Amino acid sequence: MTVNRAQRVDLEVVTDLIPANSRVLDVGSGDGLLLELLQETKQVDGRGLELSQRGVNECVARGLSVIQGDADTDLEFYADKGFDFVVLSQTLQATRNPKVVLDQLLRIGNRAIVSFPNFGHWRVRFSLLIKGRMPVTKDLPYSWYDTPNIHFCTIRDFVNLCEELGATVEKATALDANGQKIGLSMPWWFWNFFGQQAVFLLKR
Amino acid sequence: MPAQRAARTNDEADHPSSPVLQFGSDKPLKLDAGSLLSPFQIAYQTYGTLNDARSNAILVCHALTGDQHVANTHPVTGKPGWWEVLIGPGKIIDTSRFFVICSNVVGGCLGSTGPASTNPATGKPYGLDLPIITIRDMVRAQAMLVDHFGIEKLFCVLGGSMGGMQVLEWAASYPERVFCALPIATGARHSSQNIAFHEVGRQAVMADPDWHGGKYLDFGKRPEKGLAVARMAAHITYLSEAALHRKFGRNLQDREALTFGFDADFQIESYLRHQGITFVDRFDANSYLYLTRAMDYFDLAADHGGRLADAFAGTKTRFCLVSFTSDWLFPTEESRSVVHALNAAGASVSFVEIETDRGHDAFLLDEPELFAAINGFIGSAARARGLSA
Repeated sequence: MTVNRAQRVDLEVVTDLIPANSRVLDVGSGDGLLLELLQETKQVDGRGLELSQRGVNECVARGLSVIQGDADTDLEFYADKGFDFVVLSQTLQATRNPKVVLDQLLRIGNRAIVSFPNFGHWRVRFSLLIKGRMPVTKDLPYSWYDTPNIHFCTIRDFVNLCEELGATVEKATALDANGQKIGLSMPWWFWNFFGQQAVFLLKR
Repeated sequence: MPAQRAARTNDEADHPSSPVLQFGSDKPLKLDAGSLLSPFQIAYQTYGTLNDARSNAILVCHALTGDQHVANTHPVTGKPGWWEVLIGPGKIIDTSRFFVICSNVVGGCLGSTGPASTNPATGKPYGLDLPIITIRDMVRAQAMLVDHFGIEKLFCVLGGSMGGMQVLEWAASYPERVFCALPIATGARHSSQNIAFHEVGRQAVMADPDWHGGKYLDFGKRPEKGLAVARMAAHITYLSEAALHRKFGRNLQDREALTFGFDADFQIESYLRHQGITFVDRFDANSYLYLTRAMDYFDLAADHGGRLADAFAGTKTRFCLVSFTSDWLFPTEESRSVVHALNAAGASVSFVEIETDRGHDAFLLDEPELFAAINGFIGSAARARGLSA
């Protein structure tokens, strides 16, 4: 995981999207926070894929079904539509090839849930525009030289990518800086400006 | 003492000091080689109590030179059971909670029918007249033992190395009889390099004049030198360069300087010689040939049309695989290919790679991360199976 635990308000949003007893694959499952939450509240049949061995060992010791692997290379080993939901939370921006990864998510899951930090948020724009510095915020605490986040996008960028891949956005939620949902009635430009994080439910 | 121990090992082949289950001509063991083995016997140990629902049984599969004495003092060597760090009352595999079964593999030499057992047709030890035994044959025999206990479904099957091969075979052959499977430091096939090492070992045994074409027991002999060399070569593959360097370096054995001769100048030489000598007292040379062959022949994908995922199609078994970073006998890639196949089959699978410099043998040692993984996996599986803590 590339963002720390206290800020993971998006996890609740993700959990709300998943019906009880679903089959769920969590890509980038970290220390198993989301999987454990889903097992406790939704009794899901959950699996995880995690890059760091430390995270995997911790998950397995906690009784979760997690394997060590890389979202960029190992998703191809999963069967078509093997899961009801494939979740990629706060990891897309850290993959080498986000388009291929998203394509795989849509292949493996009946639905894909993707959450990511919005690079179009006003603080990010402000930092670059006024300060002339790469943004370092509460959500994105890394300096440009040590960040694992190599492929940032804005909410608008992401919507375009979904269109390119033939994915339908079934539901989208943006969270503002306080973790509050932004009203559905608001236009895209508003989301893209005030949404600090976004959670998308996709289908193809 | 070594001679006495060797005699004891010979005795164990027919009359083991553990319980033994005999199968008469009505229950032959069907072998992959095409013939039937009958009569035959399985020597085994159990620990703990089988619950009324018969749902708390754990089958432990032993490795190449292991045996059924997994959690009790060994009858020949007097040493603790080979997995006593893991199995026992109050331990990670708690025998006050689970019913643990461990049997000597068919082809072994501690009481299950093997080349040192008496061939009823001749009244002499089988020697090389025993048909070649495969991993699947071993598992088929274990299933007959499990039937004997009236156990329909094992809670868990676990083991390392050759034991891990049996675990994979169990999951592939009897998916409905295995609730969870824990193959450690193993692979779905023996690699070319592994076959090569085994061939060196077998040739060392066969080159010993005391081997007598496999009939050494008829001559009251044992090919100890050949078997010791086989063990020395194999033992190197169980360790890692880093561990050898850490333990022995280039340290000299009980001397200040090189002797300019072929004595065991170095500690590593002395250590290996010791490993070789102590091994031959407790193991039968022909058994070593048969069991290494069984591992060489193992190729689970080949048994399922070349696609490993098909070996596990539709499986409901929960899997947890474990590998070690410094294991060069069964490197992590071997486990990972099994994990990929299980993923493709849609199976529930966990996979842990443990960082250690102790090589392949790490599975037998006190490795906290290994124990944490086993504990987490077995614990959650037990909850899913409805077994109370």
